[in-house]
Amino acid sequence: MKEQIESIKENALKKISDAKDIKSLNEVKIEFLGKKGELTSVLRGMGTLLPEERPIIGALVNEVRNLLEWEISKAETNFKEKELQEKLEREKIDITIPSTKIIRGSKHPLNRIIEEVEDLFVSMGYDVVQGPELETDEYCFERLNLPKGHPARDMQDSFYITTEYLLRTQTSAVQARVMLENEEKRPIRVICPGKVYRRDDDATHSHQFAQVEGLVIDKNISLADLKGTLEVFMKKMLGQNTNIRFRPSYFPFTEPSYEVDVTCFKCGGKGCNLCKQTGWIEVLGSGMVHPNVLKMNGYDPEKYTGFAFGTGLDRLAMFKYGITDIRTLYTNDIRFLKQFDRKDEEYEIKY
Amino acid sequence: MRLSINFVKDYVDIPENIDEKQLAEDMTKIGNEYDLAERLINVTNVIIGEVKKCEMHPDSDHLHVCKVDIGNEILNIVCGAPNVREGLKVIVALPGAILPGGVIKRSVIRGVESNGMLCSMAELGLENKFLTEADKNGIHELPANAPIGEDPIKFMGLDDEIIDFELTANRGDLLSILGMAYEIGAIYDKPVKNIDLSYEAKGEDINSNFKVDIQTPNCSIFLAKKVTNVTIKESPDFIKTRLMASGIRPINNVVDISNYVMLETGQPLHFYDSDRLGNKIIVRMAQEKEKLTTLDGQERELSKDDIVIADDKNAVGLAGVMGGLTTEIEEDTKNIIIESAIFDAVKIRMTAKKILRSEASLRFEKGIDPNRTYMAIERACNLLEKYADANIVTGIVKYDTTKKENKKINITKNNITDLLGIEIFTEEILDVFRKLGFTYSLNGDIIEVNVPTRRLDISIKEDLIEEVGRIFGVDNIKGKLPVLSSRPGSYDKVTRQIRNKMISLGLNETLSYVLVNDKEATMYSTDEYEIVKLLDPMTEERNTLRYSMIPSMVKIYEYNKARTLKDIAIFEIGKGFSKQGETYKEETKLCALMTGEYGLGINSKIQVDFYVVKGIAEELLNYLGYENRYSFVVKENLPKEFHPYQTAYISVNNDIVGIIGRLHPNISKDATFVMEINLDKLLAKKVGKMKFKEISKFPSVKKDLAVIVDKQITAEELAVAIKKAGSSLLTKVELFDIYTDSSIGENKKSLAYSLTFENSKKTLTDEEINKEMEKIIEIVNKKFGAQLRG
Repeated sequence: MKEQIESIKENALKKISDAKDIKSLNEVKIEFLGKKGELTSVLRGMGTLLPEERPIIGALVNEVRNLLEWEISKAETNFKEKELQEKLEREKIDITIPSTKIIRGSKHPLNRIIEEVEDLFVSMGYDVVQGPELETDEYCFERLNLPKGHPARDMQDSFYITTEYLLRTQTSAVQARVMLENEEKRPIRVICPGKVYRRDDDATHSHQFAQVEGLVIDKNISLADLKGTLEVFMKKMLGQNTNIRFRPSYFPFTEPSYEVDVTCFKCGGKGCNLCKQTGWIEVLGSGMVHPNVLKMNGYDPEKYTGFAFGTGLDRLAMFKYGITDIRTLYTNDIRFLKQFDRKDEEYEIKY
Repeated sequence: MRLSINFVKDYVDIPENIDEKQLAEDMTKIGNEYDLAERLINVTNVIIGEVKKCEMHPDSDHLHVCKVDIGNEILNIVCGAPNVREGLKVIVALPGAILPGGVIKRSVIRGVESNGMLCSMAELGLENKFLTEADKNGIHELPANAPIGEDPIKFMGLDDEIIDFELTANRGDLLSILGMAYEIGAIYDKPVKNIDLSYEAKGEDINSNFKVDIQTPNCSIFLAKKVTNVTIKESPDFIKTRLMASGIRPINNVVDISNYVMLETGQPLHFYDSDRLGNKIIVRMAQEKEKLTTLDGQERELSKDDIVIADDKNAVGLAGVMGGLTTEIEEDTKNIIIESAIFDAVKIRMTAKKILRSEASLRFEKGIDPNRTYMAIERACNLLEKYADANIVTGIVKYDTTKKENKKINITKNNITDLLGIEIFTEEILDVFRKLGFTYSLNGDIIEVNVPTRRLDISIKEDLIEEVGRIFGVDNIKGKLPVLSSRPGSYDKVTRQIRNKMISLGLNETLSYVLVNDKEATMYSTDEYEIVKLLDPMTEERNTLRYSMIPSMVKIYEYNKARTLKDIAIFEIGKGFSKQGETYKEETKLCALMTGEYGLGINSKIQVDFYVVKGIAEELLNYLGYENRYSFVVKENLPKEFHPYQTAYISVNNDIVGIIGRLHPNISKDATFVMEINLDKLLAKKVGKMKFKEISKFPSVKKDLAVIVDKQITAEELAVAIKKAGSSLLTKVELFDIYTDSSIGENKKSLAYSLTFENSKKTLTDEEINKEMEKIIEIVNKKFGAQLRG
């Protein structure tokens, strides 16, 4: 009987290893281990054995059964694994086929610059304020120490609506509004970015352009504070290696007044055609708020001092993105707009 | 202001080591920006020669062959000028000379060797406006005393350096050589030299036979002197060249002197032919439409805002701007009345703007120091005596209401250091004032500064602080950040959120012009408003402020379409302007325009239609918190620029805040859709806070409902009715299919909705839901005659 069991085992192992798929494996399983299977019938025939032989043969049959079950399950796993592999292979794709394009719009470069400036100044505790673009002569000029007939008005050719109303020529118009609106005459720290309008149109001038105005009023504000603030501002916009230079100038609403040059952003200060070989580019107008302006708008010049500055943002945008003609900013060619569809790189600054 | 270096050197010494480039830079540092530094004449290798022999060219009817002595050799030169002759002193350009027209080379002209060129002033590059008739017709004739072999440019005084300064509006004092001398003196610590005002006066006092009558407050000072027996001739070279260097054309000695003195002192003068003027001058305002022929021969019509100089009957000059033709200095003029006066800056500015900007008006506009008014008239007498053989008549006719005392301003060292934020010693401050030519006295902490009248720009402490900063040098100030009380800054966040939302929806942000034409400003809206027009537009295409932003967006669409760019999805946040009653209004608007294909790449593009734009509007409104509070409303009254059957108003809380729709084919042949929302109006509507709502633990149940209704019933009407018919268990009604076919009947359509039922307290039973469905079907059947689709 031992021999019989041994031969069943050999036979079964052969059939298991010969099985070609799960189906034939199942047949092998039924043939040997099923209710009517060969091994089962051996057990049934145990009655003919001597009682002392029975446990020995029983143990042998179980041993063979366990072995076969183990081998079958191993083969089964292999088949399943193989089948899965084949399925995965069939699912192979060409990953170089172009992707599904997820739609993405773009942000105008000038607004990018405005947001960058806003973020910088907000981080230093400034409020961003807005003022009307359709302004009165009073706020645009008179309250800034520029009475009617003042020669400095010639510097700005304005679009008038009536003799009293005009499109603002400078964001400085917001200065007086901010001072007057501050009823308790508390310290002020604001910037005002926005559109301004002048009668001018060529490759470097657009009749509509953007400026940002800054105004700080507090006790003990000095020119050194202005200089430091503008250093941070310009380094942030143009890079850590940017230096600034103050040149005395004249604006009716500040005294002293300064034009501010920055290291030429094209040549880095070596001298080129953009900076007319000087190494400097004029970018800002600034100064200490004129006592008349403080007085006119309700601040006591004996107690308060302040600084103000203004700069064109179009040129900063043009520089940052390498745009040469200002009109490109306002033409809105789709091919231009779509180029501004990613996150911005900003300069890190140490101060 | 074109500054002649030779001229200013009369009044201040410029250190040897400072060239014109350095001077220009140093002036820039103290606030006087320069445009360019150049020479009047810029040539090399020219020399004074004498024509020793001059013969006709054997092979030409106009060329001459000359032997020219240049000192160390005799050159053979062929010359075509008609005025070349033996004995003439000439300007010789040697081979290798660089002239504006090119490099001079040795050559052979019709068989005759020529070793250079005899030059005209034009060939040396002198500006056309400075050329005399003789200059235009031939080579330049140097005087007999011109030294052979030397530099003719230097000999003629044309070796001058010129720096063109762009002066600030407050520094009228720098429109004079003297003003510039003070400024340069302050930089290099050099004193300003005296101006020669000496002359000999003779005869009966002018006051006995000449009167001025000032009838307007717009003339604050008027001085007159008389000189007799002048000789009109050419000016000496130094006057001519300095005038040219300053951009003024020399005319004759007398006219040139009036300009020369104006350049020196900044005080414009006017010379009248005394014999043509008579014995009285009146200064008054012009009458409306009064006529005057000015020096340039043009008849001008004046208004009552113009100041005129007049005799008893007529205006003879436009005060401060230009003289009149009738009293002009002419070749035969013998006797002259000199006017030195100050006229109101604003009035002159207005007149000049209207009629003519002259060197004189430029100076009056910026203001003049009355002490200079006296100085200038004396200086004119000095020069007329010297260079026009004039006899100066005793006395001066004087009308003077001006103050001529120095301004006293008190300032302390702390005033200066506090505002500038630097440490600076009192001695350094005093040194600045000394360099500027200001006197001062110290009284404890207080410095009392005497500001000379020439500095009209200085009137308050801060002006003096600026002077200290200027001369001491602001480069010395070290920047720091202000120490301020700490607090968070703020900005308009919602505009940015809207911008970012629109970008995330795939639209490209534009930046368009606010100015449109007056017709466009009335389009795309049925609102009641007046358009806002410019008084003086640059072009008719941009003569009005936009009300709707749609015209701006349509322009962008047209621009891109013309470049065959057909897929456009753009938006912008900007202002719209209007006049409503007496007040001007500016409102913030959001505008979007879409056309062509929109969507997700190669295989998933969709053609933009109303529903795409509506989806964008809904997405934005939901994002802003207006979910379930808006609707799209169809109205009869649509702007005619919209498609009448594909347009709706956007209503939030039953208030119209915008419009959405297709452009009328008259505007755009493509299917182009726009959306405009008045953000001021929209954002004024409050939204609730975003709050967590408990999620039901029990599963929701979805049921489909397909009904057939009449075609004119809208999808929304039916959805609203279904929602209303359901109990609180019905939480969502969504349309998922529309179907029309003859099989369901003419003028009928099938609408299929997905209904979601939910109960947060227990699991819903089939029975409950069937009851709900039956109720809904019954109600929509009653209301719309809706039949269940089998």
